[in-house]
Amino acid sequence: MNLALAPETLARWQFGITTVYHFLFVPLTISLAALTAGLQTAWVRTEKEKYLRATKFWGKLFLINIAMGVVTGIVQEFQFGMNWSDYSRFVGDVFGAPLAFEALIAFFCESTFIGLWIFGWDKLPKRIHLACIWMVSIGTILSAYFILAANSWMQHPVGYRINKANGRAELTDFWAVLTQNTTLTQVFHTMSAAFLTGGAFMVGIAAFHLARRKHVPVMRSSLRLGLVTMVIAGMLTAISGDTLGKVMYQQQPMKMAAAEALWEGESPAPFSVFAYGDVDKGHNKVAIEIPGLLSFLAHSDFESHVPGINDTNKALQEKYGPGDYRPNIPVAYWGFRWMIGFGMASFALGLLGLWLTRRRFLLPERLRTAEDEVPHLVLFRTPLNPKLTRLYWLAALWTLAFPLIANSWGWIFTEMGRQPWVVYGVLQTRSAVSPGVSQTEVLISMIAFTTLYAILAVIEVKLLVKYIKAGPPELTESDLNPPTRIGGHDRDAKNPDAADRPMAFSY
Amino acid sequence: MELHDIWFVAIAVLWTGYFFLEGFDFGVGVLTKLLARDRVEKRVLINTIGPVWDGNEVWLLTAGGATFAAFPDWYATLFSGFYLPLLLILLCLIVRGVAFEYRAKRPEENWQRNWEQAIFWTSLIPAFLWGVAFGNIVRGVAIDAEKEYVGTLFDLLNPYALLGGLVTLTLFTFHGAVFTALKTVGDIRLRARRLALALGLVTAVLALGFLGWTQLSRGDASSLIAMVIAVVCLLAALVAVKAGREGWAFAFSGVTIAAAVAMLFLTLFPNVMPSSLDPEWSLTVANSASSPYTLKIMTWCAAIATPLVMLYQGWTYWVFRKRIGTQHIADAAH
Repeated sequence: MNLALAPETLARWQFGITTVYHFLFVPLTISLAALTAGLQTAWVRTEKEKYLRATKFWGKLFLINIAMGVVTGIVQEFQFGMNWSDYSRFVGDVFGAPLAFEALIAFFCESTFIGLWIFGWDKLPKRIHLACIWMVSIGTILSAYFILAANSWMQHPVGYRINKANGRAELTDFWAVLTQNTTLTQVFHTMSAAFLTGGAFMVGIAAFHLARRKHVPVMRSSLRLGLVTMVIAGMLTAISGDTLGKVMYQQQPMKMAAAEALWEGESPAPFSVFAYGDVDKGHNKVAIEIPGLLSFLAHSDFESHVPGINDTNKALQEKYGPGDYRPNIPVAYWGFRWMIGFGMASFALGLLGLWLTRRRFLLPERLRTAEDEVPHLVLFRTPLNPKLTRLYWLAALWTLAFPLIANSWGWIFTEMGRQPWVVYGVLQTRSAVSPGVSQTEVLISMIAFTTLYAILAVIEVKLLVKYIKAGPPELTESDLNPPTRIGGHDRDAKNPDAADRPMAFSY
Repeated sequence: MELHDIWFVAIAVLWTGYFFLEGFDFGVGVLTKLLARDRVEKRVLINTIGPVWDGNEVWLLTAGGATFAAFPDWYATLFSGFYLPLLLILLCLIVRGVAFEYRAKRPEENWQRNWEQAIFWTSLIPAFLWGVAFGNIVRGVAIDAEKEYVGTLFDLLNPYALLGGLVTLTLFTFHGAVFTALKTVGDIRLRARRLALALGLVTAVLALGFLGWTQLSRGDASSLIAMVIAVVCLLAALVAVKAGREGWAFAFSGVTIAAAVAMLFLTLFPNVMPSSLDPEWSLTVANSASSPYTLKIMTWCAAIATPLVMLYQGWTYWVFRKRIGTQHIADAAH
């Protein structure tokens, strides 16, 4: 398979690089917005200072992250037109609408209320300020929904017809695009994975501080919140992943056959644990398999027939004409495994952590700790020894990136597994690229984006590390005395100097 | 009036919103070098737009998304045709956003100075390039029968479009200076007024040249009206600056931008991207629009969402209505 000089290859690389990079920030943004909003809600309701300090700490990391998410998202909005103009012409009638909805409904909401939240600490009453971060959170979730509806349409086009007169796809049922099962399961799966990512991020950083016995009250609460988030989200990620897998077996059997390197259809079909094969000859040289499990994953029983790569390819050739309808099999196979492996490893770490730090009646009374103490990690009846305790904290810190890796592979798998189609069964990727954009131009933009993104990644990570190490900030007088009216401080009316007081936050 | 005509107006409104709002924050970015005497003043400037620049930029994303949905061919031809200039704009917008958010996150002077440089250049370059882009759209570019742009990068750098770039750059900077005068207090406010006067005069000359050129080469009665409104409002803004009526000045400079955008769109209609090779090959509202069904759904969405957006964005400006001076900038920002 020689793709090196195909006109779409560079454009695909650029799309892959910019999109995977963008998606490092997206799930963290979605989950940290909601978790920060949750912490701030706890502060407003309980007035416990640890919650405000936690809000400020996680909020800061959230802001460093969302800045990158926002700016790398700009590229996504224009890249379809720049590099995929034939795609844009062909699908704009269908695909453009959810994108426009996303901008109008979600982006405005996120971007406007994030400004209010950042600068609003001394300008807005407590509850209104809290409402702002919730608006940001709602914006991020709506944004995810619309863009996933658009992507789901590429995976499984519905609610459209091909207009022969102008040779393009036209929308006939927008509701179908927004509510088809591909959209709903993709949203479910992506959202739960996003919260697994945020939970793991919180747990890793809390573990870092707890191992050093620093900022204990804030980090103890954060650890708890993070662990609970990880476990619930991890479970939902697995459930939604299973559902999405079943949907994909119906809609894109080739993707799932490739994910299993299942060359010939079998009934019952085994689940592959390890495989090494020859793509040209169409078989595996080495395969370790669990009998029947794949039938179960695809159809919920241990007997059903699951079609293989070779027979699916033949079926597709009969349907769509001659051609090779196989995606890159090793990428699909290993991408699928890395997605599940990294994601579920993170979930397991969360599950273990939740058990080790259990409280109340599950834990003997002598081992219970106060709110300002580092919790004991208790496996059965005695705490883990210091070495193992340290090992758990370290593992939690070092695995905080696992969900990020899993997310990336998930997208690489689902997008590359759909190839050679850009819109499954309707438009092939090679017919989607911009005919007027030269390879040199694409090379220039690809190098420019990659270089800039690499530099920004270094800057961003260093900044995150700096603020992670610094820990939650001390609270100031103005933090504890938020204004009572919109726009500024009421209590200062009698104080003539108040108008000249520095802003609580400034760039 | 058909739905695609309504969407032509809607796209014009989105670009107007974008240039009105991000226009002044580009301008403020440019002023960090032209107006600020020291680094505290730079921070005053940056903080006048701090809470709002991100929301302003979404008008661009919405214009892009709405063009994709309502006029797929326009979106495809424009962004693949103007590939490298658009790339430069995107790179600038990426760096600019990060610069605002990260500049104050480290105390080191080098770090902050670098981001300040970035803010200046990444405000100046897009402010110029948008004018070049719109100059070319109005002037017409080499579009073939397949709706593909077949010209080169250098075709885009013609005198008319470059003059358009200078107009948007100076107009946005003027708009930014008026905004600064409206939003700051103390010495910087007075200097912003003085600078606005000078910038306004330069803008008036350039804008008269560009809009006059547009009118003479492809204008009609309606575009003439828009042009007159733009020029009169620009002069009114100058008078208001001189009189120290900053609110009025800002309103007038805003209307100037709106009228100038309206004029360009009026000369375009019913084309969206005229072809310089053959008028038959021009992209028009009719031959590049989406289906009536898609446009209908979009109309519903826009009719409900846009007023809401304007409402809450307007509210943001009211929340941050207080003027900012050097005294409001804390020594160590986090």
